[in-house]
Amino acid sequence: MPSPKRIGKIEFGLFSPKEIRKMSVRKIIWADTYDEDGFPYPQGLMDLNLGVIDPGLRCKTCDQKAADCPGHFGHIELAKPVIHVGYTRLIRKLLRVTCRACSRLLLPPTEIEKVLSTEEESGQDVLTEKDIKKEQICPHCGEQQYKINFEKPTTFSEVWMEGNRKMEHKLTPADIRARLERVPDEDLRALGINPVVARPEWTILTVLPVPPVTMRPSIILENGQRSEDDLTHKLVDIIRINQRFKENQDAGAPQLIIEDLWELLQYHVTTYLDNEVAGCPPARHRSGRPLKTLSQRLKGKEGRFRGSLSGKRVNFSARTVISPDPNISVREVGIPLACANEMTVPVRVTPFNMAEVRQFILNGPDRKDVNGPCGANYVIRPDNRRLRLSDTNLQTVVDMIEPSWTVERQLRDGDVVLFNRQPSLHRMSIMAHKTKVMQGKTFRLNPAVCPPYNADFDGDEMNLHVPQTEEAMAEAHILLAVHENILSPRFGGPIIGGIHDHVSGIFMLTHEMRWFAKRDVLYLLGSLDIVHLPEPGKVENGVPFWSNKQVFSLILPDDLNMVFRASSCQNCPQCKEEVCDRDAYVKIIDGQLVSGTIDKKAIGAFDGQILHRIIRQYGMERSADFIDAMTKLAIRSIMLDGFSFGIDDEDLSKTEYGQIKEVLDSAAHDVRTRIKIFEEGALEPMPGRTEEETLEMQIMQVMGKARDRTGEIAGRHLGLENSAVVMAVSGARGSMLNLTQMAGCIGQQSVRGERIMRGYDERTLPHFKRRDRGAEAHGFIKNSYKSGLSPTEFFFHAIGGREGLVDTAVRTSQSGYLQRRMINALQDLKVAYDGTVRTTGGRIIQFLYGEDGTDPAKSSYGNPVDVKGIVESVLKEEAQ
Amino acid sequence: MNTNMDIQIEAMPVPVKTKEQLRASLDGKAIDPDQFNSIIEAVVTEYERTRIEACEAVGIVAAQSIGEPGTQMTMRTFHYAGVAEINVTLGLPRLIEIMDARKEPSTPTMTIYLKPEYRGNRDRAREVSWQIEAAPLHEFADITTDMENMQVVIQLIIAQCEKRKISPATIMENAPKKIRERRHYRDFDHASDEGKAQILFFPKDKESYQNLFQLADHVRNVIVQGINDIVRVVVRKEGEEYVLYTEGSNLKDVFEVEGVDVTRTRSNNISEAADILGIEAARNAIIHEALSTLNEQGIHVDVRHLMLVADMMCMDGEVKQIGRHGIAGEKESVLSRAAFEVTVNHLLDAAIANEVDELNGVTENIIVGQPIQLGTGDVKLIAKPRLQV
Repeated sequence: MPSPKRIGKIEFGLFSPKEIRKMSVRKIIWADTYDEDGFPYPQGLMDLNLGVIDPGLRCKTCDQKAADCPGHFGHIELAKPVIHVGYTRLIRKLLRVTCRACSRLLLPPTEIEKVLSTEEESGQDVLTEKDIKKEQICPHCGEQQYKINFEKPTTFSEVWMEGNRKMEHKLTPADIRARLERVPDEDLRALGINPVVARPEWTILTVLPVPPVTMRPSIILENGQRSEDDLTHKLVDIIRINQRFKENQDAGAPQLIIEDLWELLQYHVTTYLDNEVAGCPPARHRSGRPLKTLSQRLKGKEGRFRGSLSGKRVNFSARTVISPDPNISVREVGIPLACANEMTVPVRVTPFNMAEVRQFILNGPDRKDVNGPCGANYVIRPDNRRLRLSDTNLQTVVDMIEPSWTVERQLRDGDVVLFNRQPSLHRMSIMAHKTKVMQGKTFRLNPAVCPPYNADFDGDEMNLHVPQTEEAMAEAHILLAVHENILSPRFGGPIIGGIHDHVSGIFMLTHEMRWFAKRDVLYLLGSLDIVHLPEPGKVENGVPFWSNKQVFSLILPDDLNMVFRASSCQNCPQCKEEVCDRDAYVKIIDGQLVSGTIDKKAIGAFDGQILHRIIRQYGMERSADFIDAMTKLAIRSIMLDGFSFGIDDEDLSKTEYGQIKEVLDSAAHDVRTRIKIFEEGALEPMPGRTEEETLEMQIMQVMGKARDRTGEIAGRHLGLENSAVVMAVSGARGSMLNLTQMAGCIGQQSVRGERIMRGYDERTLPHFKRRDRGAEAHGFIKNSYKSGLSPTEFFFHAIGGREGLVDTAVRTSQSGYLQRRMINALQDLKVAYDGTVRTTGGRIIQFLYGEDGTDPAKSSYGNPVDVKGIVESVLKEEAQ
Repeated sequence: MNTNMDIQIEAMPVPVKTKEQLRASLDGKAIDPDQFNSIIEAVVTEYERTRIEACEAVGIVAAQSIGEPGTQMTMRTFHYAGVAEINVTLGLPRLIEIMDARKEPSTPTMTIYLKPEYRGNRDRAREVSWQIEAAPLHEFADITTDMENMQVVIQLIIAQCEKRKISPATIMENAPKKIRERRHYRDFDHASDEGKAQILFFPKDKESYQNLFQLADHVRNVIVQGINDIVRVVVRKEGEEYVLYTEGSNLKDVFEVEGVDVTRTRSNNISEAADILGIEAARNAIIHEALSTLNEQGIHVDVRHLMLVADMMCMDGEVKQIGRHGIAGEKESVLSRAAFEVTVNHLLDAAIANEVDELNGVTENIIVGQPIQLGTGDVKLIAKPRLQV
């Protein structure tokens, strides 16, 4: 299957009229496409020599069917030459730098030679219009030069002064062509043109190549009518005008008519090449839609280059909605049976696997049960013909099968597939999972792999690809597997880890000291592969109890040693270590959690310290196992206690409401006094600010502080028995700010970092007095989400919220473009075998990658060696 | 830890940074030789394991690592970084600005460090700041436009001059000169009176009130002390020393000012750094600016990625943009350029110049449907298994 041939290089050049005629298989003279019987006209635009698109017909040139015939070019002989729009700037340049009589470069011969000789060395310097002096007299033949005027899109004229009168003479394409023909080859080289492949006169078209029909297929609508491609429409126009032009020319029509027709022909050829030329009305379809001609086909995101060549469509892929399943491994992906039955893996038949392959075929294409044996959908014969398997032909195929055939087997548990979610912003957006065939119609994944994909389950869809060769499967297995991608190359930390409920769950399990009876311990550990319970931590009245820390320690590697501080650590000036009030001093000795609470800092995605340490000391596979065990334990422990949040969790007591009101009232008072000071002109402005700006900054500060105070008041009332507090403290989701806004006070709404100022004349809303600078009039929200917003507050909140939405929309497009540019600039860089960074062309960018040759993906948050981890694991005490 | 161990650490084949980290974490701890040896061994093994592998597509990884967090960054252009008084562009707009290699950033600022004799004391630091901050004449004098006699009267305030450490004589000398040189306004005469600390300006055209007011305007705003582009200077204490933050940037002139520590002072204007200090300084400025922009947003990105981007931008000895007018537009491959932007023009130009695409890069090989020459696609060694007998 793989071709050993490589394309070595691609050379670009212009077609000469001679080459166009030579490659043409048919001269096209008729503007019509099909006759009444629906058969192509000979020498028409759909001539059978140009290739075939209708099934059943055979190409007259290569005698192949529609599927195999690549198509062949034809040509149109233009009555008079016309200009190629893409080269108008080149033509203008050439006309301006060459003599109108002898067509030599307007430079003395010595200087031409100088340019030519320097060019050999640098290979870069080319003459431009500016290098030619405003030479009026040709140094070669002494001819007086005229100024060349260019008018978009394709008109050239000569301008000169005769006495006091300005004279203008239009140059026809034929005149220009005649001038360009005379330019000698050496002069062209000095201009950076290679005359062997690109004589300048070839930019003036005398023959037009007609692309094969395969490039412009007509489509048949439901009503049986043919609808032609835009290119065909344009070619019809060209041929029609061309024929009329020829007739008029032969009949000796007056010059005026000839000129009109010439211009019309030029217009049609111009729009055929590019329908978006400045100064030229675009050619339109009958419906008024501008035609999509050659240039439009190549351009832009959906154009040939970016849409069809850089991005290709593939087979053996599937897409559906995703949903979470905490019971499968992070290394697995759940695939709906319907998908698994449709997607296949090719298996080459050999003498050694005949029996297995026969069984695949006998199982047939219709697997009914998730646990059923997998079948096969197709077999491929040695001559590459596919046979679809159906219930009726299974036995005949089984008898035919022999080595050298290939059987396309359905997916079964344990196959390697690639899983992807757009936008694919980094390499972890595509990872290899092991399949697990499941009931239902969605792809299932462990929530712990959401961060690298940036996935959630609010209706996200993901794609799945099945590698079709052994090389691809091996590469997927070794390089793309989920456990190989736990460490992000962006910062050298884990990107897969506990999220949301995992963090809350493990926090509730490990916080402070708890004792579990055997029943609960078994419930917690039920889904893990733990065979023996450790010695109970304490025995009361003959009943054994295990501590929460003991339970968690069971999933840790036996000889893990580390010390760090949890995310609830307050950075006290003097650390109390093991006896921390918040139980934030995490100490693990010989795989036993001695003290501390496990939370986001320990097992979370992005900053899970334990994860990081396990990867460094026990490898990727072990850490994937740890994540699996940890997520299962966390889910069980959150289910043990239950976890929910409701409206009454935001309730505060009367005293707190009183305090909050007091704080807000005093803040409002403070603002009023400041405004008064300002209005009296007594405000001391901050350096470099006006008084008004200073006032605004002060008010923002006061209101911000007031909001934070209400938060503190609310926080005093709400403790760890509140679910939102658990989530905020453990780092699972949300922050104390969110809680403040729910229970205390929402605070100042802002637009572009300032209070809300826009609206009506000198006021934001008609509810306020003009020139009111007070807090409420400019978007301060006293209420909480619990207490509910007043109408004006609601409106201000909507203003602030809208800014956020606009921000997100603008940001995605901007950062997407930045990323595209960066990828394009850096994509060719690689580390060479000598450790240097080079482009694929061989230019050296760095002599040693990153100045120390460390792979960021293998580094420890950027450090080549995780010294702290090594020292801690050997000494079993905290290291710097 | 003892000296013997120190010598052993020094002899390890690892970077200085790692050795220092090792010393720091072993400092003051009682270690027996066995433990020490196993630590040393583990460090060396781990160092060897973290070497980058050949054929790794480091460019793409770097681009992804910087681009991916872009979606998480804020759009808010202005924000106060460190100093409340000075606005700095931050977040995604700043990152785009750096990658665009703009000639002038939207908010040029400088961080000026001072020489030891000035850095310890706020007043000494202020002294330097007077020499830097552009101060117009009206800050030193009462200016009155005398319409009766068609003149502008400047009465210097001696106290203000002393406060800002500039002699009235210097102002008298500089003001007319600077109006002519910097503001390109020449239609006036002047007379100064040192005793009264007064300067008089007369327009050349005695009949025109318009000229008089024009002159008054020039006189008011002429910069008599400090550096033109630097609108404002803020003095701030940073740890043990005082540092100046400026709005506006002019490295060349600031370096001339007495008391400025030339070795540490930096500007956020990258192209200025390239002009004044050279391309290596520009490379470091790109790394520093991009890294601090990202870190300010709470995004952690390995420096090595930014180094690669900076090295790519500065490869040819001038700062080049990431994009159409820089690196991407100057690639050798026609197909790669065509696939990026302005597709048709690249193809047309390639034809007349007879360009040849050698198909070395990634995009080119994707387009023609071949394996790319990176990673596993770059390995050309083929193992031929020996025939089984």
